[in-house]
Amino acid sequence: MQFESFSDFINMGGYAFYVWLSFGVTFLSMGIIAVQSYLKQSSLLKAVIVEQERKARIKKARQENTHAQ
Amino acid sequence: MWKWLHPYAKTERAYQLCLTLQPWFWAGALLCLSIGTVWGLAFAPQDYQQGDSFRIIYIHVPSAILSMGTYVAMAIAALVGMVWQWRTAYMSMIAMAPIGAVMTFIALFTGAAWGKPMWGAWWVWDARLTSELILLFLYMGVIALYGAFEDKQQAGKAAGVMALVGVVNIPIIHYSVEWWNTLHQGATISKFDNPSIAPEMLWPLLINLLGFALFIGAVTTVRLRNEIVLRELHRPWVQALAQQHIEGKR
Repeated sequence: MQFESFSDFINMGGYAFYVWLSFGVTFLSMGIIAVQSYLKQSSLLKAVIVEQERKARIKKARQENTHAQ
Repeated sequence: MWKWLHPYAKTERAYQLCLTLQPWFWAGALLCLSIGTVWGLAFAPQDYQQGDSFRIIYIHVPSAILSMGTYVAMAIAALVGMVWQWRTAYMSMIAMAPIGAVMTFIALFTGAAWGKPMWGAWWVWDARLTSELILLFLYMGVIALYGAFEDKQQAGKAAGVMALVGVVNIPIIHYSVEWWNTLHQGATISKFDNPSIAPEMLWPLLINLLGFALFIGAVTTVRLRNEIVLRELHRPWVQALAQQHIEGKR
């Protein structure tokens, strides 16, 4: 450990603002891109289901129409 | 090599490969990033000139190196897509673009936050900084161009040409500190025969570099899977996959 105490560590030799800002923004932006990728995955798979059900409805409606004629 | 590689041009195989690689990428990234960051922040010795502000190096240098590395990987994917007409190659190209842009942003931001206490300015129009900013615009250009086309195969070709042309910027970024008089310091770790950094400072840096690379790999696999699902919406195997996903949630 390079620092005498925990508050020393937080203080970063007087550069606390710059060091913690850098590390904070870095891991925040990495977190955002990771979470966004997973959210997109989930919404895409839901969209596939919605599209599939729509197709099935259209097919069913077509079949019923031909029977009516 | 060709016989081994070729099946992965099929989207279903590529999807499976992503699924297999993904947990390893995540585990490795988390492990390396936590070790490298804690080591760099708390255990590496102080810099004799810059004090503790130099600790920003542990995220600045990996993100900067990999912002260029990701760009080269993206351009190679574009080239493969063009030469062999692989749709999957274009998909991986566009899967890599956003994470590369994030890396470039991190490199620029941490550079600014390091420049302020050391140089007295958040930003200077220096060769290294400006060429890195152009890299960010190139990433944005590739993403925007890809989004502008309805036909995604056309979009891949157009964005691929842009990615390939932009490669010219990579050597400019790398050599900018040698070609021009700049405020930015020279290379730290690429001079392997004589690295200008002490080993106890270098190790956490290399570990974090590996961690960032694995993180990029992890996000790329997730995004490539997204891209495959989007493009193969009507394939039975994608529909079965979606069905599974919904049932898993219930």
